[in-house]
Amino acid sequence: MFSRFPKGETLWPNFYQVGVSSLPVVALTGTFIGVVLALQSSSQLGHYGLTNQLGGVINLTLVRELGPVLAATMLAGRVGSAMAAELGTMRVTEQIDALSAMGADPIHYLVVPRFLACLLFIPTLTIMADFMGVAGGYFYSNIWLNIDQHYYWTNSAKFVNNFDLFTGILKSLFFGSAISLISCYQGFNCKPGAEGVGKAATSSFVFAFIVILILDLSLGLSLKALYESWYPGGTY
Amino acid sequence: MMIEQLLDQEQESIVDVEKLSVTFGSQEVLKDITLRIPPGQTLALLGESGCGKTVLMKSIIGLVKPTVGTIEFDGENINQLTERQLSRMRLRYGFIFQNAALFDSMTIGQNVAFPLRQHGRFSDNQIREMVLSRLSEVGLPDSVVFKKPAELSGGMRKRVGLARALIMNPELIMYDEPTTGLDPIMSDVINELILRTRSRNPVTSIVVTHDMHTARKVADRVVMLIPRQRLDPGENQVIFDGSVKELETCRDRRVQQFVNGEAGERLMEMRANGHDQ
Repeated sequence: MFSRFPKGETLWPNFYQVGVSSLPVVALTGTFIGVVLALQSSSQLGHYGLTNQLGGVINLTLVRELGPVLAATMLAGRVGSAMAAELGTMRVTEQIDALSAMGADPIHYLVVPRFLACLLFIPTLTIMADFMGVAGGYFYSNIWLNIDQHYYWTNSAKFVNNFDLFTGILKSLFFGSAISLISCYQGFNCKPGAEGVGKAATSSFVFAFIVILILDLSLGLSLKALYESWYPGGTY
Repeated sequence: MMIEQLLDQEQESIVDVEKLSVTFGSQEVLKDITLRIPPGQTLALLGESGCGKTVLMKSIIGLVKPTVGTIEFDGENINQLTERQLSRMRLRYGFIFQNAALFDSMTIGQNVAFPLRQHGRFSDNQIREMVLSRLSEVGLPDSVVFKKPAELSGGMRKRVGLARALIMNPELIMYDEPTTGLDPIMSDVINELILRTRSRNPVTSIVVTHDMHTARKVADRVVMLIPRQRLDPGENQVIFDGSVKELETCRDRRVQQFVNGEAGERLMEMRANGHDQ
């Protein structure tokens, strides 16, 4: 599958689609989730007089869980469905057969560039979702809730460490691979007609979302075990 | 004498289909098809919709794997080839799809140049010249090069498909219903292009068609298939194999119905099925 690296003409459009076109929607989602997280958590923590801990709660949740999962969900919805629909249309209109008939390998030509684009660019989308979420949460906490920025960031630094950032990025790599493979599979196995293409696009999102949730739980458990074996006595 | 003739025929065939059966799930589309096509021959594959003509053609190019039987191209069993060997072998084929199957994300120029860029070692200038030359051969102006397939008419798209199939100078060209959906004039243009392609290049051609005008005009030989479900017990799916002249005089009622475009007892069958349901 990777015996020859795909040509630039097949890679760049996919890199652009995944890495550049998806940035605004991921950034917007990250910002709003950061703000909403601050809004919801502040009242809960306020009952116990822990509002100053808000930075830690928001940032840890974003970096470990919500950043990667939301970036992946947006990617599955925005790019994964489009990939399934595009490949499905190519299947229905015999364009995939035409590739094979001309001696090109459809997997190499269509799947590998999409896989690489999702694998390489989902970490940047995750970092963008994390960053915007952290920024959104901070601005809401600082401006609306008047939480002192010193306490906000000090508590955040107490809770969030490099391992959390690493787990988020690592998870995103698994999510990106799953999204591209599921979308391409659905597209390649699309049933004939407009209905088939529509179903391929819908199924690709639904399956990708379910797989993201399952992977998130499995990786969460595995990484917790890994953390505890690396840092005995530490709290994950 | 008969054995010598048979041996000669065997040696001369460029496509050799032996006892081919193709089954999709529980549906048996082709059974026991044996077909030998000598180099340079234009074979028209006729038969009503659903009889497996396109499946047979796609099996010959390796796009559909046979359930049983072998397919040889120029003496090589294509089902025993690795993907890479098959990919190289396909450079010797040209396939014109029913709806042209042009890549709609690419311009016409990029579509026609695709096989060259995929396999060839040509400079951009050489590729441009070859693309323009092939487009001009099929009667398309240079201005179409930068257009997208969606901007062209059905007939123009078919001609682009033909230009793309011809660009690697294939030894075997397969046309899947080349005139379907075209007006009579454009259909005849496509027929003329098939004839012209053959006169310019020493190619073997297989034309899957429902169009008797096309079959009469371009074919040296006609093979007619019948859907599996309409066969009499023990009967072969190939119900006619001969010249166009023989086709006209064939006494088989099913062949004559197809040639003359008559529904005959099929109308009664459909009515009966309708009542059954």
